[in-house]
Amino acid sequence: MAGKTLYDKLWDAHLVRREEGGTALLYIDRHLVHEVTSPQAFEGLRLAGRKPWRTDSVVATPDHNVPTTGQSGGIEGISDPIARIQVSTLDSNVKEFGLTYFPMNDIRQGIVHVVGPEEGATLPGMTVVCGDSHTSTHGAFGALAHGIGTSEVEHVLATQCLVQKKMKNMRVTVQGHVGPGVTAKDIVLAIIGKIGTAGGTGHAVEFAGEAIRDLSVEGRMTVCNMAIEAGARAGMVAVDEKTIDYFKDKPLAPKGEMWDKAVNAWRDLTSDDDAMFDKEVVLDAACIEPQVTWGTSPEMVVGISEQVPDPEGEQDKVKAEGMRRALHYMGLDAGMAISDIPVDVVFIGSCTNSRIEDLREAAAVAKGRKVASTVKQALVVPGSGLVKRQAEEEGLDTIFIEAGFEWREPGCSMCLAMNADRLEPGERCASTSNRNFEGRQGNGGRTHLVSPAMAAAAAVKGHFTDVRELN
Amino acid sequence: MDKFEKLTAIVAPLDRSNVDTDAIIPKQFLKSIKRTGFGPNAFDEWRYLDHGEPGMDNSTRPLNPDFVLNQERYQGANILLARENFGCGSSREHAPWALLDYGFRVIIAPSFADIFFNNCFKNGILPIVLDEKKVAQLFNEVEESEGYKLTVDLEAQTITTPSGEKFAFDVDPFRKHCLINGLDDIGLTLQHVDDIKAYEARRKNEAPWLFN
Ligand code: SF4
Repeated sequence: MAGKTLYDKLWDAHLVRREEGGTALLYIDRHLVHEVTSPQAFEGLRLAGRKPWRTDSVVATPDHNVPTTGQSGGIEGISDPIARIQVSTLDSNVKEFGLTYFPMNDIRQGIVHVVGPEEGATLPGMTVVCGDSHTSTHGAFGALAHGIGTSEVEHVLATQCLVQKKMKNMRVTVQGHVGPGVTAKDIVLAIIGKIGTAGGTGHAVEFAGEAIRDLSVEGRMTVCNMAIEAGARAGMVAVDEKTIDYFKDKPLAPKGEMWDKAVNAWRDLTSDDDAMFDKEVVLDAACIEPQVTWGTSPEMVVGISEQVPDPEGEQDKVKAEGMRRALHYMGLDAGMAISDIPVDVVFIGSCTNSRIEDLREAAAVAKGRKVASTVKQALVVPGSGLVKRQAEEEGLDTIFIEAGFEWREPGCSMCLAMNADRLEPGERCASTSNRNFEGRQGNGGRTHLVSPAMAAAAAVKGHFTDVRELN
Repeated sequence: MDKFEKLTAIVAPLDRSNVDTDAIIPKQFLKSIKRTGFGPNAFDEWRYLDHGEPGMDNSTRPLNPDFVLNQERYQGANILLARENFGCGSSREHAPWALLDYGFRVIIAPSFADIFFNNCFKNGILPIVLDEKKVAQLFNEVEESEGYKLTVDLEAQTITTPSGEKFAFDVDPFRKHCLINGLDDIGLTLQHVDDIKAYEARRKNEAPWLFN
């Protein structure tokens, strides 16, 4: 019999019950909750007279709607009345049901996918869910983590289980080593460019290979974060010593004897050598250069040295039409050099790239330089209160501010523009977030996805530029 | 959840691939704490010429005449015909809520994004995967004849065209059962409380750090 993949192991360890026809009840260890996808679920619980099955499995924090200035004003200080209701609804729900909560003004508050690992609330070997598709982030340390809808949020609250069908196994191997200036973000964008936004649909994807092993745990989070942009609900990376080191001393991680026991179990969270995958993709790390998306889907991506592609060269009619529409929306001409595209706004933040390492990378580029005068706004939004404090201790805030960036308070911010941070119609943004969909960062806004270093480079040059040439 | 058995209805063709959940229901409408009322804002940015915000009177907003769902011939459509990777993007269940509220009970496409696909079943919408060629044929037929209707029979797992041509489709037996009977997942799962408790007892022994 073939060995097990990491996903097989995680699945088997959480199987409560198998049903006919291939569905199963899967046990959920950690449930992360934020304000946007939970109110209807709590309401459903109340209406049915149900209680959360295990309150200690839930960790909640508001992130999507919180403003990134003046957070000290608390919920009352949120100027948008509808957003205020949503955040205060979360507040009253967690109080009613007695859940662990990092509210606004708690130093631990932030984007739920940054907060979870930072607190050790998500750990290797866990099943992790959240009403948010970027829950795949937590797979970076050998957990099975994926986004769920609101009905499922309610289901997990009420039963601690999820009705699931087992996904197929896929492995993406990035062989060799990336060159200097090429980051986790570039790796994952290159993967999506290769397999497409539906390339991982129906699969749990394990990211493997030297280039993935080389990454820090935070870099692996960036890769797994965007698994969903390749169509995969869950992305994961096997546990190694870096993973274990990362969780040492995290507030909610096990301690003492329990730690040793846990570490022992975690070391087995890798795919067996003889495990079989339904689908395998291999990339050569050395061929990956800093990436920039040019269209309205993350698969519309090229290297910084390339040009905006021409729909005329595309055989597939539906695809060519999609490209034409994207070029029109993005206000770009086929054949234009990527490095000639000017930017109006720069956004460094989001659950993809708002951790301390991301800010360090961006600050290294910003240091001693100035944001170009043609750039209207350059925002840096740390992923959590703790990231913000750490960055300030390292003086990164000063570097950014001196360069002309705005240093903000934690939240999702301009990643999806539910708060006041948003693009105006036609504005073009170099963004470290994960989605370049039409209107994602504001109605009519144009998003180019890049790494933190590339975003900082675009800020100081006023147009996309190869960060490797800056140094 | 409303039951779904069989439906004969007008089909609206949305001829774009990778229709994402931000397009289905833009984020400004996610601030609602309700499950209903999203229909008038389904496809808001494509559907109206102005910028929509919650609380607007949608009946007085200028419609985009170029957007397919605004065409007279597709009014009252309950079946949406779409292209590949429909529903990609976020996990927001507001997307199926909006489509349902708009009136769609069936979505036919060559492929769907996983989370969206799953969310549909939880809300009484039947997403049907049909191969690309058949979907292309349906697009042609819908566009050629006004008032084009399909009959979708979940029990028999067939789609029937006006000319009587039948296409079979696959559906997971458990989801089919829930949809046909309008069953609530939570109630079903709670029939297995003993299994869940037994699992927890075993797991607390094996991996006690997960229960701190
Ligand atoms: S940062 Fe963006 S992608 Fe991440 S959870 Fe927030 S809105 Fe979603």
